[in-house]
Amino acid sequence: MTDKWIKAAPWIWTIGLFVVWEGVVRAFDIAFFILPAPSDIWVATVKYWPVIWTNSLQTLFTTTLGFLLAVVGGLALGLAIGWSRAIYAGLYPLMIGFNSVPKVAVVPILVIWFGIGTVPAVLTAFLIAFFPIVVNVATGLATIEPEMEDVLRALGAKKLDIMLKVGIPRSMPYFFGSLKVAITLAFVGSVISETVAANSGIGHMMLAAQSQFNVPLVWAGLMALAVLGIVMYAMMAWLEMRMTGWAHRSSRG
Amino acid sequence: MKSERRSVTGFVELNDIRLAYGPGGDGTLALDGLSMTVKKGEFAAVVGPSGCGKSTLMKLATGLIRPQAGTVEVAHKEVDGPVSMAGMAFQNPSMLPWRTTLKNVMLPLEIVQPHRRRLSRERAAYEALAEDLLTVVGLKGFGDKFPWQLSGGMQQRANLCRALVHDPELLMLDEPFGALDAFTREELWQVMRDLHAEKGFTTILVTHDLREAVFLADRVFVMSARPGRIIVEREVSFPRPRPIDLTYEAKFNDIVHELRAHIADARAAA
Repeated sequence: MTDKWIKAAPWIWTIGLFVVWEGVVRAFDIAFFILPAPSDIWVATVKYWPVIWTNSLQTLFTTTLGFLLAVVGGLALGLAIGWSRAIYAGLYPLMIGFNSVPKVAVVPILVIWFGIGTVPAVLTAFLIAFFPIVVNVATGLATIEPEMEDVLRALGAKKLDIMLKVGIPRSMPYFFGSLKVAITLAFVGSVISETVAANSGIGHMMLAAQSQFNVPLVWAGLMALAVLGIVMYAMMAWLEMRMTGWAHRSSRG
Repeated sequence: MKSERRSVTGFVELNDIRLAYGPGGDGTLALDGLSMTVKKGEFAAVVGPSGCGKSTLMKLATGLIRPQAGTVEVAHKEVDGPVSMAGMAFQNPSMLPWRTTLKNVMLPLEIVQPHRRRLSRERAAYEALAEDLLTVVGLKGFGDKFPWQLSGGMQQRANLCRALVHDPELLMLDEPFGALDAFTREELWQVMRDLHAEKGFTTILVTHDLREAVFLADRVFVMSARPGRIIVEREVSFPRPRPIDLTYEAKFNDIVHELRAHIADARAAA
C-alpha cells in the first residue's frame, strides 16, 4: 500500500499542482496575460506545436553539444587536478573565480567572437556545465583511502597504476552523479544564450512571443523547457545507476 | 658508522632511525634512536603505548617514508624508495567495492612483477591460486561476492589474502585484527599462525594487543612513548605450532604481564 502511494506520488503531486492552478485562475478570474490557466497553455502548445518542436530541437542540440564538450573537458581537467597537487593548487583559485562570473555576462563576449546563433549557446552551455564535473572527478581522486595507497605503493605501484586501479574507478560515481547537475546547467546555459543572442531555440521563441504579447506561448515554452529538463535529468540518473550500481548498494538491499 | 652496523642475519634492519613529521622534518619527533633487527622468516611483533609511532615504523620498513637520520635495510639492500614487494594489511580492510572479493585479492598480481606480466596469459592458474588462499582463510566460495556483502571478519580474511597472494617475502600487519570480535580475532590468529608456518615469510606485526603479540611472535619489541625507540626486546620461545589454549596458560600470561609492565613504565616515563 505504502509502496504504491510512493510510486504514484510524483504523478499525484504534478496533476494536483495543475488542478489547483486551473482552479485558482478560474475562481479569481485572473487575466490570461498575468497567469494563463494550464488549459490555455495546453491549447497554445497544440496550436503552436510545429514552432515549439523545431525550437525545442535547436535547444536540445545546443545543450547536448555543450554538455558533451563539458563531459570531455571536465573529465580531463578533473583528472589533471586530482592527479597533481601542484596543478590543483594552481588551477583551483582560477576555477573558483571563473565559476563566480555569471555566465550571462559572458554571452556578449561570445557574440563578439562568434556572432549570434548556435555557437554562443553551445559554448555557454559548456562553460556553465563543466565546473561540477571537474570538482566531482577531482574529489573522487583526492579521497583515495591512504591505506589503499600505502598497500599499492609497498607493492611498487606507480602513480599511474594507483590512478587506473583505484582513483579512476573510485571517481566514477562522483562523475556520473555530476552529470545530472551538469546536464541541467547546460540547459540553463543554452537558454540564457538563446534569450540574449539567437535566432532560434526555446529561449528565442519565448522572447519573440513575449514581444508579441503572446503570453500562453511564453508559458508553453516554459513547459517545454520543464519537460526537456526532466527527460534529460532522468536519462543521466538512469546512466548513473547503470554505470555505478556498486555505489548504490543500499538501495538494492 | 652505518656500515659497521650492517649484519648478515637481519632481513629487516632499522639502524638509529630519527624521524620527524612536519615541514622540513622539524615538526613532531615521531621516532628517535630507533634500532631493530628482524631475521629472515621471523615473526616480529611491535607493541607500545598509543601514539608511539608504531605505524610510522611500518611505513619506514616498506620505504614509503624516509627517515631524517639512520638507515633502513631490507634483504641486505638499503631502502631508498618503496620496497616493491611487501604485503601490507591494515585494520581497515580497504577492499575496492567495485571488485569481487577474488578480484580484490588478485589486485597485487596486477602490480608486482613477474606476476603482472604473466597474469593475462595464466589467469586461470592465478585464479586457482587465489581461490586456494581464500579456502585457507575460510572464505571458500565467497570469491565472487562483493566485499560489501561480507562481514567485517570476512573482509579482514580477504585482506590477509590480498597481502599474501603474490607470495611476499615481507608481510607488514598494522593492527589487522583490532576491529574484530574476540572469537573472530582468535580464529584469525590461528589462520595467521598456519600461513606463517606454511609460507615462512618475514612478518612485522604492529599491535596493541599483548596476547596477540605473544601468541604469534618469535620476538616482541616494546616501544617507548613518543619519540619512539625500542626499549625492550623479548624472545618468545614457545614451541610451534602453538595451540590457542596456550593463551590461557600461566607461562603465557607471565610474558604478557611482563610486557604490560614495560609499557606501563614507558607511559609513566612520558
